[in-house]
Amino acid sequence: MVDTSKKENKVNKRLIESLSPNERKIIPLLKEKSIVSISKKSNLDKVSVLRSLEYLQNKDIVKLSSNKKKIVEIGINGALYKKKGLPERRLLNLLGKKRIIKLQDAKKQSGLSNNEFKASIGALKKKALIELKNGKIVFSGKKQDISKKSIEERFLESLPIEYEKLPPEYQLALKSLQNRKDIVCVLEKKSVNIKVTELGERVMNSTIDAGDMIESLTPEIVQNKKLWKGKKFRRYDVTSSVPEIVGGKRHFVNQSIDYARKIWTEMGFQEMNGTMLISSFWNFDALFTAQDHPVRELQDTFYIDKQIPLPADKDLIETVKKTHEKGISGSKGWNYEWEENDAKKLVLRTHTTCLSAQTLYKLSKLPEDKRKGKFFAIGKVFRNETVDWSHGFEFNQTEGIVVDDNVNFRHLLGYLQQFYKKMGFEKVRFVPAYFPYTEPSVEIHAYHPEKKVWLELGGAGMFRPEISVPLLGKNTPILAWGQGFDRIIMDYYKINDLRELYKNDLSQLRKIKAWMKN
Amino acid sequence: MANIKFPKKLFEKEIGKLDEKMKKKISMFGTPLESVEEGEIEVEIFPDRPDLLSYQGFKRAFLAFLGKKTGLKKYRLHKPGKNYYVKVDSSVKKVRPYTVCAIIKGLKLNDEKIKEIIELQEKLHNTVGRKRKKLAIGIYPLEKIKLPITYKALEPDKIKFTPLEMNREMSGLQILQRHSTGREYAHLLSGKRKFPVFLDAEKNVLSMPPIINSQLTGKVDENTKDVFIECSGFNIDVLKKSLNIIVTALADMSPSIKIYQMKVKYKKPIVTPDLTPDKRKISKENTNKLLGLNLSKKQIQKMLEKMGYELKKNNVKIPAWRTDILHEVDLIEDIAIAYGYENFEPEIPKISTLGKENPRETIKRKIAHIFAGLKMTEVSNYHLTTPRDQFSKMGLNPKKQKNSIEVKESKTEYNILRKDLTHCLLKNLSENVDVEYPQKIFEVGKIFNSNLMESEKLAAVISPGDFTEIKQVLKYLSKMLNQEIYLEEAKDFPSWFINGRVARIKLDKETLGFIGEIHPKILNNWKLKMPAALFEIDLEEIFKKLE
Repeated sequence: MVDTSKKENKVNKRLIESLSPNERKIIPLLKEKSIVSISKKSNLDKVSVLRSLEYLQNKDIVKLSSNKKKIVEIGINGALYKKKGLPERRLLNLLGKKRIIKLQDAKKQSGLSNNEFKASIGALKKKALIELKNGKIVFSGKKQDISKKSIEERFLESLPIEYEKLPPEYQLALKSLQNRKDIVCVLEKKSVNIKVTELGERVMNSTIDAGDMIESLTPEIVQNKKLWKGKKFRRYDVTSSVPEIVGGKRHFVNQSIDYARKIWTEMGFQEMNGTMLISSFWNFDALFTAQDHPVRELQDTFYIDKQIPLPADKDLIETVKKTHEKGISGSKGWNYEWEENDAKKLVLRTHTTCLSAQTLYKLSKLPEDKRKGKFFAIGKVFRNETVDWSHGFEFNQTEGIVVDDNVNFRHLLGYLQQFYKKMGFEKVRFVPAYFPYTEPSVEIHAYHPEKKVWLELGGAGMFRPEISVPLLGKNTPILAWGQGFDRIIMDYYKINDLRELYKNDLSQLRKIKAWMKN
Repeated sequence: MANIKFPKKLFEKEIGKLDEKMKKKISMFGTPLESVEEGEIEVEIFPDRPDLLSYQGFKRAFLAFLGKKTGLKKYRLHKPGKNYYVKVDSSVKKVRPYTVCAIIKGLKLNDEKIKEIIELQEKLHNTVGRKRKKLAIGIYPLEKIKLPITYKALEPDKIKFTPLEMNREMSGLQILQRHSTGREYAHLLSGKRKFPVFLDAEKNVLSMPPIINSQLTGKVDENTKDVFIECSGFNIDVLKKSLNIIVTALADMSPSIKIYQMKVKYKKPIVTPDLTPDKRKISKENTNKLLGLNLSKKQIQKMLEKMGYELKKNNVKIPAWRTDILHEVDLIEDIAIAYGYENFEPEIPKISTLGKENPRETIKRKIAHIFAGLKMTEVSNYHLTTPRDQFSKMGLNPKKQKNSIEVKESKTEYNILRKDLTHCLLKNLSENVDVEYPQKIFEVGKIFNSNLMESEKLAAVISPGDFTEIKQVLKYLSKMLNQEIYLEEAKDFPSWFINGRVARIKLDKETLGFIGEIHPKILNNWKLKMPAALFEIDLEEIFKKLE
């Protein structure tokens, strides 16, 4: 036979060693069954009692269940009336002295407010205790009606009372009083039921004093051998939950931008930077976007009411003008009259592609064989849009160009595929697209494995000769892309509303997970 | 962006079954399939392909792409008949100088077809036509007008006709002022001394382009068999192409339809429409180099035919309705589409380059990490802000701010560029009053100076917080960056700080910004109940030192 009693004792011992001082305090009181009374008898506040009870539940000593009860409580005015008497009582008392009284006099003498007066007249009329005649109140009830307590009064005195247990006459009283301001209120109260388990019973019956145990390990204890040598440490429930803390961190959008920056630099790209305010020349004209192209209209682009000088390089301006008007290097051009003033208009950049244009122009100053390289940018771009869940006037774009005599369309697809793979999209597809400055042009779709849909992620292509010849000074193939970036961020953080990216809700920023792709 | 819709039934009868494979083909042709709903197919047409803006145009191109009717489609043009001419008066030169015209005979119209024609017309107006500015198209029932036609400009009060949807005559000016379409497009004629009109042989006004047609002579209905078509505008090439798009789309509606040319009598008369294909050279080498393929000449020819071209020797014959072929690369893209984007094998080239992050970004990230180490949370605000937030709430009168940079016609209340980060951070605090305190936030970002220069700034705020606490943060930052940032008592300082609790932040002899406690007046403006201490510094100087 196995000696079970010993085993049980052992379990109990471990258990007893794990009891905190508060838990120990309330164990003998578990039969109280109400938190309020445990709290009174243990001298612990209700919150501590509840917390200790929860810990005891974790240890299988009690079973807690909560139930909701509707309680009828007295309201602010109700408490007042309980002291001073209901307004109708005060009026009735007045009528006890004089059976007929003028309305104005009654009001004055009763000391009731307008509303109270009206309410009490209504209440008394309803009970057929008074009649109104020629601006006078006439008491029409019996004398004992004055001294008798009304149902409402008795009801008020009975509060608080459980809603479910209201006798029928009180239900009517409740209804009539509920129509008046703050006399009574019905509250939902949660009450906790404590049931002591079998284990709990055993614990209650055993000695729970585990002797002198160490609670928190303090510096004093650590520094004094006598205080800890041979002592027991109270066992902690290491699996119980702890209050949350938050750390400082980068904004999640910036975390993801840093990640994209890392992808590009790892692939050997150099970062471009530039201004957000830029001339239409760099934002549009240098990118072969005709001056009457709809994207240049006020309703799409943010214009500042200022002109900005064009680049000092006259040749560059002439070449761009010619490219638009008649074409260059085998192109027909757009066949219209190019206006220098339109190019001077200041805009908030609508894409980061203007940075690529400026980079190409910088490269054109180098000897021909050095005009190559791989460049990227990530930054805010602006569109004159209204704001809703999928639109905003500012968003992030990631941009890239590869300038090299030996690159081709397949390489463009290669870089894009690689970038999106790093972003977590294993499957991408490429479909034809149109942009004024690239040919061939392509749109990237990435397959979302959870949502099982294709996401449209943005455009890319190879710069037209109408870009490379005027800016770079030679017709070198240039791979180019510029994709919105915010959708990927939204997807990663499971955010469905674009506005949440820049809402700066501190509780969201404190809680949000770190960007963990690598 | 323009989309076209057509019945699925028609598509399946004339083109093919709309299965998954076909759906994919439509998108891979460069006309993304938007939806198939209620028996209607909707596809998107990119702005470079106005020739696809009708079902007929789409069908022509897509049948070739599917390999069913490849090569250059040919149309028979009939020579102008007697009186088939339009006299162009020199008076139009200053108003709307060009027109090209055609006559189509043998139409069998019903509601559906009339709708298709009107939609093509409207879509061309809105895309190529830039809302009728560049191109306006008029279509008139031939039986109601008498040839020949005159195109001339008249003084507005001498123009009198009944415009569409009206039952009485109006003058040119009245139309611009009182007719709904007139008002919508009035800006296109504003400031002109004379307005253009088409007149028939009996001096009846057919239309006043680009505004409106006559109710009597300019309305096509089910009984119309023959029509006169004109395109007017400023660029004759655009007009010619557009006319070609329309006449070929109409001709494709039925084999019995005939296209008649007209003589357009400028000083040097021309005959339109002209469907002679454009020619452009294509080189196998350029194609293969750009696409990274190894196509033979034969393959290139086949692919060009799938895209509706014809290749003779090295010359590509380009349909006269294509507006988008400016350069050889445009043909090469079409070859790529015919080859199938899905068939390209992505590859990363072996180009060795060194990656490099912009040093400013490196520094900005380091700063952000220093702040995160102090348990501060980074925020990110818009670069656009509102005058109320930037000025009023900061205790400044927005009307007195001459140097704010405003964007034109913003669709939201965010219509100026931010001048500092301070007001953004206070706004963040005010929108988070229900969130647990203390709140310690910072932002690194661009602001816009009144001389249009942009600079990177760093701002941090602690709430509740006092001067000592925020100064500790600044001091820690200065140590971490190894920069001798110091404070000086400030005489002139931003008005949102408390006098006596604000200091000028300096590095060498340059002022970087200010640090201090925010005045309760400003806190009240933002409905903040907690004190706040804040600094904002310019990072440009620090970049200079660290780069």
